Amino acid sequence: MSQTPSATLSAVPDSHGRFGQFGGVYVPETLIAALHELQAEYDKARADPSFAAELEDLFTHYVGRATPLYHAKRLTRHVGGANIWLKREDLAHTGAHKINNTLGQALMTVRMGKKRIIAETGAGQHGVATATAAALLGLDCEVYMGSEDVRRQRPNVVRMGLLGAKVVAVESGSKTLKDATNEAMRDWMGSVEHTHYIIGSVVGPHPFPMIVRDFQSVIGREARAQSLTQIGRLPDAVVACVGGGSNAAGIFYPFIEDTKVKLIGVEAGGRAMTQGDHAAPLAAGSPGVLHGSLSYVLQDPDGQTADVHSISAGLDYPGVGPEHSYWKDAGRVAYTTSSDSDALATFQLLCKYEGIIPALESSHALHHGVTLARSMPADRHVVVNLSGRGDKDVDEVIRLLDARK
Amino acid sequence: MNRIEQIFADLRSADRAALMPFITAGYPDLEATAALLPAAQAAGASICELGIPFSDPIADGPVIQASMTEALRHGCHPADIFAMVRGLRDQLDLGLVAMVSYSIVFRIGVKKFVADAADAGFDGFIFPDLPLEEADAVNRVVHDAGLTSTLLIAPTTPDDRAVAIAKASSGFVYVVARTGITGERADLPEGLTARLEKLRGVTDLPIAVGFGVSKPEHVAAVTSVADAAIVGSAVVRRITDHLHEGPTKIAEHVGAFLSDLHTGLRGN
Repeated sequence: MSQTPSATLSAVPDSHGRFGQFGGVYVPETLIAALHELQAEYDKARADPSFAAELEDLFTHYVGRATPLYHAKRLTRHVGGANIWLKREDLAHTGAHKINNTLGQALMTVRMGKKRIIAETGAGQHGVATATAAALLGLDCEVYMGSEDVRRQRPNVVRMGLLGAKVVAVESGSKTLKDATNEAMRDWMGSVEHTHYIIGSVVGPHPFPMIVRDFQSVIGREARAQSLTQIGRLPDAVVACVGGGSNAAGIFYPFIEDTKVKLIGVEAGGRAMTQGDHAAPLAAGSPGVLHGSLSYVLQDPDGQTADVHSISAGLDYPGVGPEHSYWKDAGRVAYTTSSDSDALATFQLLCKYEGIIPALESSHALHHGVTLARSMPADRHVVVNLSGRGDKDVDEVIRLLDARK
Repeated sequence: MNRIEQIFADLRSADRAALMPFITAGYPDLEATAALLPAAQAAGASICELGIPFSDPIADGPVIQASMTEALRHGCHPADIFAMVRGLRDQLDLGLVAMVSYSIVFRIGVKKFVADAADAGFDGFIFPDLPLEEADAVNRVVHDAGLTSTLLIAPTTPDDRAVAIAKASSGFVYVVARTGITGERADLPEGLTARLEKLRGVTDLPIAVGFGVSKPEHVAAVTSVADAAIVGSAVVRRITDHLHEGPTKIAEHVGAFLSDLHTGLRGN
């Protein structure tokens, strides 16, 4: 693929939802009218200063934004090398970045006159954030979650119930995020006239990848401004984990034209880099169609979705947002992997050296951030997106650590 | 003339309508599918939709989902389905339409997939997740191979878009009877006949109706206006009901059900 001039790298998608060759709309006709409605409503909302003001007010007083950019000095000293900074999305209300998107989309749901929202969830963070927005705005809420994830992310299932959402355990396929997404889409096929589907990542058919990126870009706008104030310049590198890729898209997008800032996405390397043992479509997959868009995906030679594995339920997904595929092929973002055991070790490292329990998802990013910092001189600065907190993971982490004894 | 077009031209001149069963290819195995196709023809089906099993069929309800999961568990590949069809094609007048996710087609390659299907003896395609906006390039390849490409019109489709979809389709256009996923229903949705009459007024292309069509009286109601009734989940459930009885018995039971549905067709 030819290199796209950097000046246009952020001017995507086009009106067909294309990020270069990626993206598009590959869904049944039944959903097309709702996607057109969503696009029209989004155009109106973007042009309406009162929408931005309402969201901004919620971000400030409800979510607790701006989240801090925190200089992890003790970890930096321990690692030895570049300064490690953490963008503290774990401190956002509900404990992860997911709330940035669900509040934006829930406000749009109200504007569209719809009364019910549905969502898919892996780790349960998006489910909790959707249930929270539903409670705040008085909407009915149903969340689809793979039964394997219901087991390993129990605390979030309890939280969703308390917030008034109905959690549907999905028993089909691999019983994880991919299958939860299938079921949410099937619900939407029948409920589309009165229900909005809040997709939790920068995936799915146009306009979802664009809308989710835009709502999550508050992370990168803040991190960029905070870097200029606290570091005195832009960072040398920004690192984020990539499942579907929403926290990464959110922190990367405002830095895309800052070509001197290295951007690194970290996928789940799982047990091993053999098909079925990881969840790294950008590192090991190839372009294909899944859940409504063309992007890198893990499939077999017939186009059947491959089994994936990650210690982290939020990264345990065979696809990735189309804009990441675009950034990969354009050479703007580098993508790498961290393994299950890397993530688990780094999870413990951050607990011990900074008193912060990170989500297993974010631990993947942090592992690479630590590795990168170690290889760089002390006057350099690495920002890691700490996309969520790890309270939800403690039972699973204890189980895994016991199993390794 | 393409076989699908010929079938509808012949039916139309006799003022008759078509019964179009959907069968999941390779469910429970390809031997059963090979027995089902002649049985469907003998029971009066004009065209059979062969569903190519897919790991993530988001438009399908539990019955068809489970059938696809089972077919894939047995290792059913498109190449095996093509070989089975190639072996049977000479013995069948039945039109054969592949219902296949664009995920599969893209991965294998549009040109290769279409060429292989045409070579096996398929007459047309339905790509359930390839909407109007994305269909042009694929349709050109399909038409160049002499096959038909059917797009879908949903209850949520605005009128002007329905006209554009009919224009972009060939062979027939597929009217989705209801919002929601595939599956058997007790009744047809209200307003369906009016929708069909409206569409009849703006396109000459044969109209086939599916999603929830599962009884002879549904077939009768639908084909009072439309040119074909598509019955999917109700057929696949009958395969499921007799899953372990072997291809001959499965074909007998499905054949009997199709004969029953056939009594509902306009012109019978």
